[in-house]
Amino acid sequence: MWSIRWFDEKVDEFFAKGMIHGTTHLCVGQEASAVGVCAMLEDKDKITSTHRGHGHCIAKGADPDRMMAELFGRETGYCKGKGGSMHIADVEKGNLGANGIVGGGIPLAVGAALTSKMRQEGYITVCFFGDGAANEGSFHEAVNLAAIWDLPVIFVCENNQYGMSGPVKDMVKIENIADRALGYGIPGHVVDGNNLPEVMTVMKEAVEYTRNGSGPVLIEAKTYRWKGHSKSDAKKYRTREEEKEWKDKDPIRFFQDALIERGIITEEEADTVKKATKASIERSVEFAEQSPEPSADTLLEDVYA
Amino acid sequence: MQSSAVNSSNNKETTRSITFAEAVREALSQEMREDQDVFILGEDIGVYGGAFGVTRGMIEEFGPERVRNTPISEAAITGAAIGSALTGMKPVVELQFSDFITIAMDQLANQAAKLRYMYGGKGNVPMVLRTPSGSGTGAAAQHSQSLEAWVAHVPGLKVVQPSTASDAKGLLKAAIADPNPVIFYEHKLLYKTQEHVPEEAYTIPLGEADVKREGTDVTIVATAVMVHKALEAAEKLAEEGIDVEVIDPRTLVPLDEQTIVDSVKKTGKVIVVHEAVKRGGYGGEIASMIAESEAFDYLDAPIRRLGALPIPVPYNPALEKAMVPQVDDIMQAARDSVHRR
Ligand SMILES: Cc1ncc(C[n+]2csc(CCOP(=O)(O)OP(=O)(O)O)c2C)c(N)n1
Repeated sequence: MWSIRWFDEKVDEFFAKGMIHGTTHLCVGQEASAVGVCAMLEDKDKITSTHRGHGHCIAKGADPDRMMAELFGRETGYCKGKGGSMHIADVEKGNLGANGIVGGGIPLAVGAALTSKMRQEGYITVCFFGDGAANEGSFHEAVNLAAIWDLPVIFVCENNQYGMSGPVKDMVKIENIADRALGYGIPGHVVDGNNLPEVMTVMKEAVEYTRNGSGPVLIEAKTYRWKGHSKSDAKKYRTREEEKEWKDKDPIRFFQDALIERGIITEEEADTVKKATKASIERSVEFAEQSPEPSADTLLEDVYA
Repeated sequence: MQSSAVNSSNNKETTRSITFAEAVREALSQEMREDQDVFILGEDIGVYGGAFGVTRGMIEEFGPERVRNTPISEAAITGAAIGSALTGMKPVVELQFSDFITIAMDQLANQAAKLRYMYGGKGNVPMVLRTPSGSGTGAAAQHSQSLEAWVAHVPGLKVVQPSTASDAKGLLKAAIADPNPVIFYEHKLLYKTQEHVPEEAYTIPLGEADVKREGTDVTIVATAVMVHKALEAAEKLAEEGIDVEVIDPRTLVPLDEQTIVDSVKKTGKVIVVHEAVKRGGYGGEIASMIAESEAFDYLDAPIRRLGALPIPVPYNPALEKAMVPQVDDIMQAARDSVHRR
């Protein structure tokens, strides 16, 4: 969780300095859902991610060096500098890609699950998406398809309360997006997305269910994005009090305190992890900065296989 | 509504300088004040003011009924606009990025474009879909495309692509007044460009090109950002003794063929420049139109087309730039035409 936090804090800093171009969507405050979900997966399992995907990517085992290099547009980046933040994929580690199209990855996850079922490959696919994406046609169509075909896919809605400036309460008439599962005849669960052990528990159950061939599950993790939607967001659509309320529910601090309280780790050990991860992200930045720019000769490469 | 064309270079003393984004907002606001049937809908157009700030402050003036903040549901937003247009309203959709037109495409191509025709001329769909397009912001392949040829191909849709603030205002007002579905492209890099824009209401008829610069040696037909690049190229070429005429069609559908043909008859050489991928791009349509016209006999150089390479828009800034025509490319094409290389 600290790696994710520091990665995105660093990206934020470089963005503000104008050292990273384009746009980026930070998941600071949402670390527990990415980590809790991916911790319950095996290497062979797959995920599809979103425009807010740095956390999912790291949690599924990506190398932050290559992620940072991608954000710097360098040749050593996951997409050779051609994709940027919104399009990072790490297929070897089972991450089938971030997506710049809201809801775009949901049918892809269903397709990956279909492959697994048809070829009996035994992997499951987790599909991350936001509360906003749950209003795209692609969500409804894809979940229905997965449901009627009993596909091994777990839909994880990270409900961070906003789709850009749209508050979920204005955009969805029901209390829980997980309740939509009922309409497709699959199980739905609501979980505190800032509580890592709770995410892991619910996810464990879902993984067992899905891996057994029982079909898809919809999990809604209630959480909050601390930063604006992307660059230059004045956050006029929400109050500073609300932000503070959620920051008080910091998922990292919550987990760390619980571990210390139970005597599993000491304060010092927690501090060591925090510092080590920070130093490692600093090294990712160095790696990115020292990496070469892609050559103009690569411009026409990779359009066709 | 009475239409009156205002040339962007006229009336300078009587006008103030505003940005392209402000000009679009002014057109929307004027239309909404004038006609209760006009309303706007789209993602984040309320307190957020739209992804590019175009609708900033409008919810305060017009309220949430007429500045309708929608869920992220492009097909539904577009379809709802079509349905409300069919039943008497004049909706203006803001589609957050023109790339997402793909999601709304069924509604646009199979519904909006055809309803009136299929119904034997009964009913019409007076809607406008405004949407930011183009590269240059580092948003990479899913947020940077120029897909105007997609919609221009579908009979029943009109397609507008302004290059200046004053054109944007007059054309948007004409688009809202038009009884047909109109796709209105706003290039992201133009939003902050400023110029003198008349404060009063005026419209620029769809289907009227603008000669942005007069010249005698070679005609450059350019759209959106490429108009500005062509003008820059023209200034530099003037130093080399090449006198360039720059024509901005402003609307792709309907296309003002006559203005282009007349210019080619005058100069005998023509270059068509757009940001969209050259292959299958709208430039091919313009080139064919010229080749089929009476201007053919006046040509003393092949018609040249400049457009983007056939690749998805790359993220790295240098690669992104290398993908689309630049001022130097336009200058070289003009030299090649004039010197018949
Ligand atoms: C199809 C599509 N529509 C709109 C957008 C613009 N956009 C990017 S992210 C976003 C909000 C997405 O909200 P949500 O799914 O809740 O995810 P979150 O940003 O909260 O993580 C919007 C509207 C887009 N990228 N794709």
